[in-house]
Amino acid sequence: MRWLDGTAVAIGVAVAWLAGGSAGAETIVHTERSLYRQILVYDDGELRCMRFTRQASGRQSCIERAHPQRIVFDYVKSMLASLYVDPAPRSILIVGLGGGTLVDVLTRVLPDARIDVAEIDPAVVRVATRYFGLATGPQVRVAEEDGRVFVKRALRAGRTYDLVMLDAFDHEYIPEHLLTQEFLQEVRRVLAPGGVLVANTFSGSRLYDHESATYAAVFGRFYNLRSRNRVIIVRPDGLPPLDGIRANAERLQPVLAPFGVDAKALLPQFDATPDWRLDARVLTDRYSPSNLLNGPGS
Amino acid sequence: MVFCIAGWSGFFVMGVELLSGRILAPSFGSGIYVWGGIITVFMLALSVGYLVGGRLSMTRPTLRKLAALLLVAAAATAPVPLLGDTVLDWLFGLVHDPRYGSLVSATLLFFVPTAICGMVSPYAVRLLVSEYRLSGQVAGLLYFVSTLGSAAGTLITSFYLVLWLDVDEILWGLVAITALLGGAGVLVPERARALA
Repeated sequence: MRWLDGTAVAIGVAVAWLAGGSAGAETIVHTERSLYRQILVYDDGELRCMRFTRQASGRQSCIERAHPQRIVFDYVKSMLASLYVDPAPRSILIVGLGGGTLVDVLTRVLPDARIDVAEIDPAVVRVATRYFGLATGPQVRVAEEDGRVFVKRALRAGRTYDLVMLDAFDHEYIPEHLLTQEFLQEVRRVLAPGGVLVANTFSGSRLYDHESATYAAVFGRFYNLRSRNRVIIVRPDGLPPLDGIRANAERLQPVLAPFGVDAKALLPQFDATPDWRLDARVLTDRYSPSNLLNGPGS
Repeated sequence: MVFCIAGWSGFFVMGVELLSGRILAPSFGSGIYVWGGIITVFMLALSVGYLVGGRLSMTRPTLRKLAALLLVAAAATAPVPLLGDTVLDWLFGLVHDPRYGSLVSATLLFFVPTAICGMVSPYAVRLLVSEYRLSGQVAGLLYFVSTLGSAAGTLITSFYLVLWLDVDEILWGLVAITALLGGAGVLVPERARALA
């Protein structure tokens, strides 16, 4: 299969050349065609990034090479704001690995927490390990498995998690079975009492309404942190009051500040007011055209 | 009428195949191997269908029997929306590897209706061929119509139907049209059949 590798490299170089005009000086570090996508690892100035598409906008994950602990993307900081609701989860499930930024931060902040990751693409696990310093071991276990299947198996085994983090979508493709009422009900059941769910989702397109309606149908009210992405934070046992969130944020500030997670920037984003079309159809396993609803035709 | 049945049978198979991916995803995920399992089962079912359909066409072939195949296919698909979830839940507990899980569940749910649809084409060729000399041309025309139906079924289901309707509604719609067409073929009077 040597020629295949050669083709992948050639494509990678071509991609780098095509993207070069718009994204500045990028150096391709590694490229590989996985079962699901083309994975590109490149250095751009101080940043090392992973990207799945040929467009420069499709950055999946980035780290600062000199300061790997500093978080580059705002949505990752928003996701970590879930710690304001429960500052000390002992067991965490992350669906969708990317470059492993969340894993890295959480293992440093919560050295006693057990972290399970479900990532469907073995190549992403490989790349995260080799180029983004992902460290697995007794604390962090990565299952190369579909997130939905992983959650179902966890339910059958009676495992629960204090914190579930959904980060399985990219700009171009949504695994539709991870954005349905039935899946969210399964996630709800896999949460331990008082457990928290945080999801990195969509801020634009018609899908926003449908997705919001689906979360509301399963969980009732939730916090909606909107920046470029939208991050949903929800606790099925009741919307956590802002007072407690503020108190936890203050307490966590010294721990999270080195990662660039700033309570002052995040706290004002906690908003539970519905800002979507309330009559939008709920997405279910029977009706889940998420990619069409997110697509250019909508 | 024969062409109509062959074209619809192609449409039906691909419509159901696309939906099968959707039906299996909650239990076995959307990995490439799930599609691998589904496509394998559909191809195997069609191949068996061709074999059996050709065999059946040897003994007194009639349009009525061809149309009856559609009725049977419709009946064999009805359990999918009715019992699909039960079967999948049961298999999820039984088969831990999603590759074999998707293979086994696709076999249980979709093998029979797809095999029956596979019987349509060779049977239809037998009904249409009047002369030895024309057999190639007739077979070509028939595969043209049935594969065109498959293309239409793929496109219309994946581009539009999944946006407008839910999976069960689409399945019941496909089953209903299949049953109506089959019923019409069975009931068409003998004289009209001669014209068809």
